[in-house]
Order: sequence, then C-alpha cells, then structure tokens
Amino acid sequence: MTTLLELKGLACGYGGRTVLSDIDLSISPGEILCLLGPNGVGKTTLFKTILRLLPPQAGSIHLHGESVAAWPIASFAAKVGYVPQAHTPPFPFSVLDVVSMGRAAHLGAFATPSVKDMKIARQSLEVLDIGHLAHRPYTEISGGERQLALIARALTQQPEILVMDEPTSNLDFGNQVTVLNHIRALTRDSNIAVIMTSHDPNQALSYATRVAAIDRKGSLAIGTPPTVISEAYLFATYGVRTQMLRLPQPDGSVRLLCLPLGGMEGHGLCAAS
Amino acid sequence: MTTKDAATSFRWIWAGIGLAGVFLSSFMIGRFPVAPHHVVAILASQLLPIDPSWTTEAATIVLKVRLPRILSAMLVGAALSSSGAAFQGVFRNPMVSPDILGVAAGAGFGAALAILAGMSGLGIQAAAFVGGLIAVTATYAIGSWRGSQGDGVLVMVLAGIIVGTVFSAGISLTKYVADPANTLPAITFWLMGSLASVTSRDLCLVALPILSGLCLLNLLRWRLNLLSFGDDEARALGVDVRKIRLAVIVAATLMTASSVAISGVIGLVGLVVPHLARMLVGPNYRILLPTCALLGAGFLLAVDDLARSLAAGEIPLGILTSLLGAPFFLALLFNIRKGWAT
Repeated sequence: MTTLLELKGLACGYGGRTVLSDIDLSISPGEILCLLGPNGVGKTTLFKTILRLLPPQAGSIHLHGESVAAWPIASFAAKVGYVPQAHTPPFPFSVLDVVSMGRAAHLGAFATPSVKDMKIARQSLEVLDIGHLAHRPYTEISGGERQLALIARALTQQPEILVMDEPTSNLDFGNQVTVLNHIRALTRDSNIAVIMTSHDPNQALSYATRVAAIDRKGSLAIGTPPTVISEAYLFATYGVRTQMLRLPQPDGSVRLLCLPLGGMEGHGLCAAS
Repeated sequence: MTTKDAATSFRWIWAGIGLAGVFLSSFMIGRFPVAPHHVVAILASQLLPIDPSWTTEAATIVLKVRLPRILSAMLVGAALSSSGAAFQGVFRNPMVSPDILGVAAGAGFGAALAILAGMSGLGIQAAAFVGGLIAVTATYAIGSWRGSQGDGVLVMVLAGIIVGTVFSAGISLTKYVADPANTLPAITFWLMGSLASVTSRDLCLVALPILSGLCLLNLLRWRLNLLSFGDDEARALGVDVRKIRLAVIVAATLMTASSVAISGVIGLVGLVVPHLARMLVGPNYRILLPTCALLGAGFLLAVDDLARSLAAGEIPLGILTSLLGAPFFLALLFNIRKGWAT
C-alpha cells in the first residue's frame, strides 16, 4: 500500500509547552486510523497540528512524500478535509449552503460556487443519504444530521484524507452507528483515508483498521485494534478493569468487544446500582 | 438550484423596486414643488436630448440641491448596512454593528477636534476620516498582538470597546473645553448626524472610498459565510482567514469612516438593515450582501426624506434612525427564535 500521509518525528504543543513529541505515524488510502487516549493527553493538539492550525514544534508532515510546510492553505485543504464536532453557527444557513462551503479550497478568493460546485455538494449529500435535508436550516436539524452534513461538507472538498474530531460525541446510539457505518462505507467505496478520535474502545475495535493509542505518559502505541487495545492498556490508561470478549459472527469472522468490569480502583464508578 | 431556493434568492428584487420607488419620490419631497413627470424628464435630460418643459428653478432644485443629498443618503445607507452585515459575519455575532471597532468614536473625536480648532467643512471631514482610521488601526493592532494566542475575534471586539471608550472620553473632553457660545453646539449637532449640509463636492469626495469598499466586500462576499464558522474551521476549509478578515475590516472601515465624515454619527442602520435583509433573502452572503446595500440605501433615503419633511426645520438624521430603528429592532428580537430563516 502507498503511504498517503506521514508524520515524521512530529512534536506538538502550544507556545513553549510541548504536549506530544516524537510521533511517527503513517496512513494509507482506505484506512480508518482511530486515535484513542484519555482527556487532556493531547489528541486535539495533535489534530490541530496535522491540520496545520498549529505550527509543529519539531518534525514534519508529508503528503504523498512531499513536506506540506510551505503549501498554501487552499492546496492543503484540497487534500485534507476536517470534520469538526457538530456545532451551531450564528446564522441559519441551509444545509446545502453549509455543504457547498466545502468548495472553498477549489475556488478563487473572489469566486462563488458554480452550478458544477453545487452539483458536487448535492452528490455529497446523496452519498450520505441526507439529500432530503438540502433546504432545511442547518441550525434546526438533529445532532446526528448535523454531523452527517459536516461530513458531507468535508466530502465536497474532495479530499484524500478526512480528519474527524470525535464524530460520534453527543450523538444517540442510533446516530452513532449510522455515522460510523457511513464512514466505513466511504473508506471502502472511495478509498478515502480517515483519522478520527474516539473515546470508545469498542468503536475502535469494530471500525478501525489501525489504532494509535496515547497513554498517560504521552507515548504512542500503533497497531491493529486487537494488538493495541488490551486489558493491560485499558487498565494502565483509564484505570478500568475490562474483559475482552471474542464473538464469532455468522460469516465466520470473529469480533472483539471489551466489557468494563466492576471493581474500579480509585475511580469509584459503576460500583453503585 | 431548486425552485424554492431560486424564489428566496430572487426576493432581492423587492429591495431593488423599493429603492427605485423611494429614489424617484424623494425628488418631490421639499418646500419647492416639482411634478413627477418633470423629475423624470429633468433626470433623463442629463443623458438624452429633451426640450425643457420645466422651469430652470425646478432643474436647479432637482439636480443641484436634491440629487446630491439623495445620492449621499443612498451611499451612506448602503455603506453602513453592508459594513454591518460583513462585520456580523467576520465577528460571528449577529449583534455587531459597523462601529464595533471604534470607528464612529474615532471619527467623532477627529471631527470634534477639527471644529474646536475652527476648521471648516473639508477640514472637519478629513479629520473625522483620519480619526476613524486611527481608532480601527489601534483596535486591530491590539487585537492581532494579543489575539495570536486564544480567541482572536473576542480579543478584537474587546479591544474595539476599549478604544471606543477612550475616543468617547476624548469627545467629552473636547466638548468640555469647547466654547458654549459657538463650538460646543457645532460639535453636538455634528455628532447627531445629518445630511442637511451635503454638497456635490462632498459626494464626489466620499464616493470613491465607499464604492471601492462596497466592491471589495461584494467580491469577498461568499467567503464571509465561511468566516462565520470560526477561524479554525474556515482555515481547514482552505480560507486564509487573516487576509480575508483584514480585507473586510479595511473595506468596512473605509466605508464607515467616509460615511461618518459627511453625515456624522448615524446609529442602528448597520445593525437593523442586515437583519431585515436576512429576513428577506436568508443568511447566505452571496445574496445577502447586495440585498443589504439596496435595502440600506432605500432605508436611509426614506428616513432622510422624513428628516427634511416632518418638521419646518430639519430633524437630525441620527436621531430619527435611532428612534425608528429601536422599535424595529425590538420587533426583530421577538422573531429571533424563528432564526432569521425563510
């Protein structure tokens, strides 16, 4: 497999403070790389650095083997799309307006989207089965629909990589599954690579092709989900005792699930009820 | 585009028709009566060879007295409304008005100083313009110096409030030392805002900065949508946020400072008209910004007609826009939960 995005010896942080350092990571087309780690360990800082919203403190970021340090903002955005957590803008733009904003990286500073650009935006909506929302105000649709609209906007950028910040946070159970299934379908059908953060090890076990797990000391373990997500890692990182379950599927494959057990040490969760 | 979108986006036509109507009827308002067909003929005679069937007084009134004032009201209205709408997007807040960065206070201080120094019309306008630019430059400098770490937008708005306060104190100080017999009333009247003394020379002076600001904003208008999603998101979508924001601030400041220089401080137009326009055509700046210019031009022209016709003497325009704008804005507030949407 070819390498799409590569981080070489990357260090990131704000101002004089380094949060994560010596990160070596690469991602290929069609992969879903899931970034796991406790709150405050630096996932968001790493994302902001990958998206070039923060300058790297050391090391470099490469796309197709080429360093992106000197790339114009728009050329980078044409390759790497960002899906933020669902939010509310100050004005009630229609969903189609929001999604068509994904064309910015392909348009000149004084341009407005053409008929062709609007067609690309509509296709992105159709890919995610939310074409019927096109004319609804973005501020009035549900959280799950908003998350899908933001993914559609990123697809409208026609990127090779999607960077997703906790795409399932604040979504109900049904919407979480819908959004994740769409993400998996995207990587299979259009060979897009996805880097996403998640708080749920089971999501990583079910959907990720690889996992990058940050522990409390800020060091990174990278590998396939079953090798990285272990009872030992979960206990060391979250202080939670878990049991890994192997569930044979009708098609012969085996799915792994992690089940949190009672008896938290020092966390006092779960013991009640 | 579907029919529904097309129908909404074509509603700007109403703003255009309204403006044309107010424009033509404005020539008939005033103590000297001019018949409607004479107004049209006099205006047309500037472009077409028409035998005059009207008196020379009528032609002078229409072309030399009323036309400069009408065009000034339209320019100022379009400038304030478009800058207000642009700032609301750039600062991601629907309650922002064009003087958020201190331009009105800076221009007011410049004008007050010039009046105190005994300067005349052109001197006052130049001082107001320069004062407005200085205030916004100070705000922008503080904002970019402190804003590099943390929320740049919030820091810039707060810097604008502080700079505005300092310049307002400057205005009060000038008033305090002004001569109560002549300069003090002149300063006070100037600050109330009026187009009563506008001449065609004033119009020519401000037309260039206002029209170029209007052009620049309209060229960038689609990008304003993206800025309203926040710096990080806009950047990740491929927008050079700093450059676009600086261009918008420069354009809006040129327009507002020029407006204040000829008309004094005219409140609420830059806040109310963008919301009206949003109710008419929706929030997409692609259509919103041109609609704002049309609507703002029509609105200020209509209010200026009232200012010169309601009473025997002139009512200061700034007082009327605030008196009319306030209940209007309250009515809008009650509609906010409908989300300004269509």
